[in-house]
Amino acid sequence: MIDIDKWREIFDSLFRHKLRTVLTAFSVWWGIFMLTILLGAGNGLFNSATRNFEDEAINSFWIWTNKTSIPYKGLPAGRYIQMKNDERTVVENHPKVKHASSVRWLNGSQNRVSYQNKTLDYRVVSVHPDYNQVEYFKMDYGRWINEQDQVDRRKICVIGNEVYEGIFKNGKRGKDKEAADITDPSGHHIRIGEIDYKIVGKFTKNSRSQNERIYIPIFTEQRIAGTDRISNLAIELDEVSLAESEVVEKQVRAAIAEQLRVDPEDEQAIGIHNGVQDFQNFKTVMTLIQTFIWFVGIGSIIAGVIGVSNIMLILVKERTREIGVRKALGATPRSIISMILTEALVLTGLAGYLGLACGLIIIYGIQSVMEANDVELEFFYNPEVNVYTVFAALIILVLSGLLAGLIPALQAVRINPVQAMKG
Amino acid sequence: MIELQQIRKSYTTGYNTLEVLKGIDLQIEAGEFVSIMGSSGSGKSTLLNILGLLDEYDVGQYSLDGTLMKDLSQTQAAMYRNQFIGFVFQSFNLLSFKTAMENVALPLYYQKVPRKERQAMALDYLDRVGLKEWAEHLPTQLSGGQQQRVAIARALISQPKVILADEPTGALDTSTSYEVMDLFRQVNSEGITVVLVTHENDIAHMSKRIIHLKDGLIERNEIVGQN
Repeated sequence: MIDIDKWREIFDSLFRHKLRTVLTAFSVWWGIFMLTILLGAGNGLFNSATRNFEDEAINSFWIWTNKTSIPYKGLPAGRYIQMKNDERTVVENHPKVKHASSVRWLNGSQNRVSYQNKTLDYRVVSVHPDYNQVEYFKMDYGRWINEQDQVDRRKICVIGNEVYEGIFKNGKRGKDKEAADITDPSGHHIRIGEIDYKIVGKFTKNSRSQNERIYIPIFTEQRIAGTDRISNLAIELDEVSLAESEVVEKQVRAAIAEQLRVDPEDEQAIGIHNGVQDFQNFKTVMTLIQTFIWFVGIGSIIAGVIGVSNIMLILVKERTREIGVRKALGATPRSIISMILTEALVLTGLAGYLGLACGLIIIYGIQSVMEANDVELEFFYNPEVNVYTVFAALIILVLSGLLAGLIPALQAVRINPVQAMKG
Repeated sequence: MIELQQIRKSYTTGYNTLEVLKGIDLQIEAGEFVSIMGSSGSGKSTLLNILGLLDEYDVGQYSLDGTLMKDLSQTQAAMYRNQFIGFVFQSFNLLSFKTAMENVALPLYYQKVPRKERQAMALDYLDRVGLKEWAEHLPTQLSGGQQQRVAIARALISQPKVILADEPTGALDTSTSYEVMDLFRQVNSEGITVVLVTHENDIAHMSKRIIHLKDGLIERNEIVGQN
């Protein structure tokens, strides 16, 4: 049964002691608010970092070539090294290599895309069908480049979402209602450079710049260009440890170096970016972030507990006289303790709940503002907060406040009312 | 109404035991108006606290309205205080965050009287002490005499059998003291037993009987021929 009179008495007491109430409430509010913000920001950091790894294979190498820095077998330093299709075959034959894709970046006017009366510049890349094993493509419509496209040298392309929107939707989302009729661009023809290509699929990746790309089969593009040169090699390895990956890295470098007559120690001539190393670093950073979140979280709870306990202690001491008066007027010890504790409970509970709400509003407010304005921050993505964790923290705060209030309240109730009123 | 037999009370501080009451025999009938006088250290406040169930006694017997008050639990003592006794203190002891009316109504809160009824009764009792217009004022907005009258109204509202007042005029000037004493006399004329502790002779002489305490014993009983 709810004792309305008791609650009225409690709220009355809270409202009549505004400063006391506000100070106590603020310390609890602040603790929970900061905890929420920190957890949110920490998770935002965590999620954005994780997301960067969703788009590509973890066990991957990215290989490029440049000028030699070491003379080798009578050949001078400073030669420019160029990879060709043969290097892909060599690398693919390594037992630890699962897939190897060659990559060519088209330059200049070859990046110019036109459709009907529109002409726009994007990034056109020619790749091997296996490229989607190294970088993951989530297809919205149609399909990715396949083996047959390569064999038949088909003039087909796969476009990113930004390309699709640029070409078919007048550049701005949903602005051109008529053009928006084309939801599936597959089957439409676009002109890339001087050649017509048929769109076979559309993909969306996590970052905008990745969605501004067009992929075409490398054999088709090489035949048109009349070359067998390649810009990069993208490799996916079997499951390997970091140490194993470093061995493979050395072996792959040696194989390419032998093929191109380069010193196997020449890291300028043949550059390899080791994704396994990246992932290892990432994991270390993530562990650090999580440790940090826990550290700060536990720290702010401890600070909150101390703050609330302290305030409760002072509060009860301050009310000794009041307790004495109430006792003299016929208040039972139970009713006094219940009054003090309920007040504390209501105050800390409400303040903590408000802190949680404010924290969540700020976290999700930032997120929705970012989404509305299409802002992408590398370090802040989907800053979710585990509400249960915050609630647990809140309960700890409230309970410690109650405990801290209970001890002096028991003492105060035990004092002779006459002494209490004099003190 | 009040019957004390051989009441003894001692306090222990460190290694010293100080006997404050050394065997008090006292009888106060219903409707009496009694002052307890004595120099400081004579035990008068201790006696009043024992009468008010605010303190326990070591030896003897204390009956209030025919009921033996011994070895009471805190809750029982609270109940008897609420039912039988109204307190008035030297320093008024009003709750500063409550209005005059709310202060007066507080004892009824502990009797579980509904709020509306409580407030109506509080207004009524404030009217009796002549402070109805001040009902919504906080104690800090009232003069000392007014505060003490509010405290008396608070003591009266639970319709106690006994009013116990500890130096009720101690913090007041002479004319206000007399006003307060008039109020006590009026209360007493309605049949409520009033016991007050004072060290002021003129105040004591406004009651009907003076009990002189000295060194923890009753020195003499003096019947004052009150008009």
